[in-house]
Amino acid sequence: MSQPEVSFDTEPGRYRHLRLEFDGEIARIVLRVDESGGLVPGYELKLNSYDLGVDIELYDAVQRLRFEHPEVRAVVVTGGLEKVFCAGANIRMLAQSEHSWKVNFCKFTNETRNGIEDATAHSGQTYLAAVNGTAAGGGYELALACDQIILIDDGSSAVSLPEVPLLAVLPGTGGLTRVVDKRGVRKDLADVFATRSEGVRGRTAVEWRLVDETAPRSRFAETVRQRAAEAAARSTRPAGAEGIALPALQRSQTGDTIVYSTVRADLDRANGLVEITVYGPRHDIPESPERIHELGADFWPLAMTRELDDLILRLRTNELELGTWVLRTEGDIDRVLAFERVLAEYGRTDWLVNEIRHYFKRTLKRLDVTSRSLIALIEPGGCFAGPLLELALACDRQYMLDGLLQEDEPTRTALAADDEERDPARIALAVDDGQRDRARSALASGDGEREPARIVLTASNFGSLPMGNGLSRLASRFHGDPDHVAKLHLEAGRRIDAAEALEKGLVTFAPDDLDWEDEIRIALEERASLSPDALTAMEANLRFAGPETMETKIFARLTAWQNWIFNRPNAAGPEGALRLYGTGRRAAFDRRRV
Amino acid sequence: MSIDYTERIPNNVDLSGDRRLQRALESWQPRFLRWWGEMGPTLPTQDVYLRTAIDVGREGWAHFGHVALPEYRWGIFLAERDPDRRIAFGQNMGRPVWQQVPGEYRAELQRLIVVQGDTEPASVEQQRRLGLSAPSLYDLRNLFQVNVEEGRHLWAMVYLLHAYFGRTGRDEADALLLRNSGSEDSPRILGAFNEETPDWLSFYMFTYFTDRDGKYQLGTLKESAFDPLSRTCEFMLKEEAHHMFVGTTGVDRVVERTAQLMREHNTDDIGRFGGIPLDVIQKYVNFHYSVSLDLFGGETSTNVANYFTAGLKGRWQEERRGDDHLLTEAVATVQHVENGRIANLRLPALTALNADLRGEYIADCGTGITRWNRILTGHGIDAALHLPHIGFNRQVGAFAGHHVTPDGRILDRVAWEAGRDRWLPTPDDKTHVLSLMRPVYEPGKIAAWVAPPRNGINNRPLDYEYVHF
Ligand SMILES: [Fe+2]
Ligand SMILES: [Fe+2]
Repeated sequence: MSQPEVSFDTEPGRYRHLRLEFDGEIARIVLRVDESGGLVPGYELKLNSYDLGVDIELYDAVQRLRFEHPEVRAVVVTGGLEKVFCAGANIRMLAQSEHSWKVNFCKFTNETRNGIEDATAHSGQTYLAAVNGTAAGGGYELALACDQIILIDDGSSAVSLPEVPLLAVLPGTGGLTRVVDKRGVRKDLADVFATRSEGVRGRTAVEWRLVDETAPRSRFAETVRQRAAEAAARSTRPAGAEGIALPALQRSQTGDTIVYSTVRADLDRANGLVEITVYGPRHDIPESPERIHELGADFWPLAMTRELDDLILRLRTNELELGTWVLRTEGDIDRVLAFERVLAEYGRTDWLVNEIRHYFKRTLKRLDVTSRSLIALIEPGGCFAGPLLELALACDRQYMLDGLLQEDEPTRTALAADDEERDPARIALAVDDGQRDRARSALASGDGEREPARIVLTASNFGSLPMGNGLSRLASRFHGDPDHVAKLHLEAGRRIDAAEALEKGLVTFAPDDLDWEDEIRIALEERASLSPDALTAMEANLRFAGPETMETKIFARLTAWQNWIFNRPNAAGPEGALRLYGTGRRAAFDRRRV
Repeated sequence: MSIDYTERIPNNVDLSGDRRLQRALESWQPRFLRWWGEMGPTLPTQDVYLRTAIDVGREGWAHFGHVALPEYRWGIFLAERDPDRRIAFGQNMGRPVWQQVPGEYRAELQRLIVVQGDTEPASVEQQRRLGLSAPSLYDLRNLFQVNVEEGRHLWAMVYLLHAYFGRTGRDEADALLLRNSGSEDSPRILGAFNEETPDWLSFYMFTYFTDRDGKYQLGTLKESAFDPLSRTCEFMLKEEAHHMFVGTTGVDRVVERTAQLMREHNTDDIGRFGGIPLDVIQKYVNFHYSVSLDLFGGETSTNVANYFTAGLKGRWQEERRGDDHLLTEAVATVQHVENGRIANLRLPALTALNADLRGEYIADCGTGITRWNRILTGHGIDAALHLPHIGFNRQVGAFAGHHVTPDGRILDRVAWEAGRDRWLPTPDDKTHVLSLMRPVYEPGKIAAWVAPPRNGINNRPLDYEYVHF
């Protein structure tokens, strides 16, 4: 079946599946899924089961709690149906979906659950699961993403991971990993748990460490309230903070161009690629934290992160055949560095600044796990400095132009340009190519002539924006040579040109103007000719040099095995368990172990 | 450094307007000249009467004059572009040919060009000492003409690498000069190009048989969908024809002289009269022919099938063939050894393209044999030269490891080894041929083992001073 174009735009007033409730410093996310509200026809979202549409709302809620509700110090996730917490991902939806849809869906839900853990760890918003009824599969996995799990002890409600016995697939959102790695459940008990479709109830669930505590119906609400209050009391959130609004993103799509205020994407369908440009800051550097709060969602780092996040999600979900993303930046390096200094200065004292850094960190992680070839083009007029350099370092390859392109040399760019024309926003919004080129050269002519590309290392590159493996992208890049990272530390703040960047291993190739165009064209064409599956697998294997963490295990070990199973007849074949679930027929397995 | 490129490097690729090429060639040219100095002809000369191509037209082609070898103007020429040319075969058939290297085929095209490019300087290296024993100034001049043109063929391939393959292309161009024929550490890619050409009979045989392999390889690349490669090879083929002319007429003259001596002394055993006996000529034919057959590779090749399907390398005279040019269903018959007998084997035509090309080559080789036998008949000699069987003395392909006689019988190893001295040059044969290799540098004079040519070069007389020392 053809897949619908998915939008990630939503806000609480439009939620169909969940409700946000506030009670002072405690918020509640109440899951009450609209059975007939599936994103795609063909299934009913019974028993609080979810599809991508439900998860888009959950992601939105988690984001808004962090930015719009700084007063919230604990978040309770609970079910809004009688005796049901959540039944996990909808099985009919999985059974009818194409492989790519399932994989994308799992990736996004995993990212949201990681985001929940990130909020608990870095935001002073501790998540608690008030498991008020059955929590099966993805339902229990949602609870596992919370810091504490309180299970109702009513003699029937159980937590379970029934995927293996019922569907012949794996729990797809980190369940197995979190059970043993996060909660410390013994592996033999986890084995029993994950093969027992009815799950585990009451005391046993506590003894096996599957939940933290149980409470009888009569005391359930009170227990949850108490635990939430305790968690809130431990929070480091400042008192009296006021949130900022996250208004709907201004995004315009004309033909194959998607334009935001600081990000732009040109979809090149003929060549199977997307050219993404991230524009540096254009407004003044805020002189105080108050000014940052006043700017709110318009503050460049936040605006840019939100737009990039949205673009990544849209491209990942809607543009499967655009297999290569070419990333550029445009703007003034000094301004990027000035913004970074502001963020660094207030990062420890201001909750919003802290939130923005973590959001950018999560967005970079999204890039890290994106199944597209990522190629950074570092060109004159770009601003790959500090935090934006992370975009390049997240890429599979970095090409940096050594010197200037002939057409960039002063004669062509010395157009008269008034200040308005130099505004990068105009560049981003100038959808028509001619307009864009004019705006570009006007920008370039700001200082009379264009300068060769430079990159700048800053503190942002040495640990404040870690990858899923816990390392900075530089530490992961130079995993075999930790001393080199230490040496690079000494270069922080300095402009590094192409030759030096190449020598220091910060870029893959540094062609000069004579080679640039051909080198890039051939590399992109060559990439496009390779198997997309092999590339996805190769990239995922190369991007995470260094130690494993729970996060990398989920995106590698779990995801890879799950994707394998998704393609196997025992699950997905006409006689497979996933396809036959609910038909009353039993799956016929190919008994050979692989 | 500023160079007048059209003057120093005659070309029709707008070198003076292409900064990238200029820069690439600026660093490559000195390396080439150093290589020529170290690995090129060892015989010191003042100048040589050479033809220099200065354009692709008829006029530009016939440009003769005395040139000091290192100052030869190695040019870059592509045949005229046909703006309407379309891909003639494979899955892209009917689409316009490519003016740029598609990234998808970068690696394969680069490999094809590198392998072809590697053979060009190799033969210069193999022939570097031959000048010391040239049978006449005419022959010496021909040797140098072949050498500078092989050098130009190297330039042609280097041009493609520089102009279309970016940084990796430049690295490969450099490597073409780092590998050397017969080198222990970095030999030439194809085995046959690592043997020194020891004498002038071998040189004639080489230019007849091995340059002819080059002709057929170039012919397949001329069909390429990558238009610059196609046009380059088309122009190279014209020069290759001259090399084969040197080979054909060289063997003509050896046979002629041998026939004269046989009549004069009324014996086959003309060695003691300073000639090359007919059976030795036959052994040299056997050797060079069989080694050249190996250059076409195994009977089946999936690489070549892929090249064909992608449009990178076609068949000989692809466009004149009447089939579908896709070959997805076609079947070909090749010979192989089955239960000790030579049998036909039916294979998908797509994977048997090496055998197809070898078949074209074999038919072409036969023309020389006919011609030489006519010379023998003209002298009233009944004996004749033959091409040996396709399976004879093969190290590559379906016959490798089998012991096939020149007339196509399969023997066991011992029996074959026992016949070897009758079929392939023996150390004594080689010593005899070498003993005849005394240089003759006097204008108009010629060594006694070979007849004089019928005509001079560019209507010059035979006693013209083709080479100054
Ligand atoms: Fe050649
Ligand atoms: Fe040749």
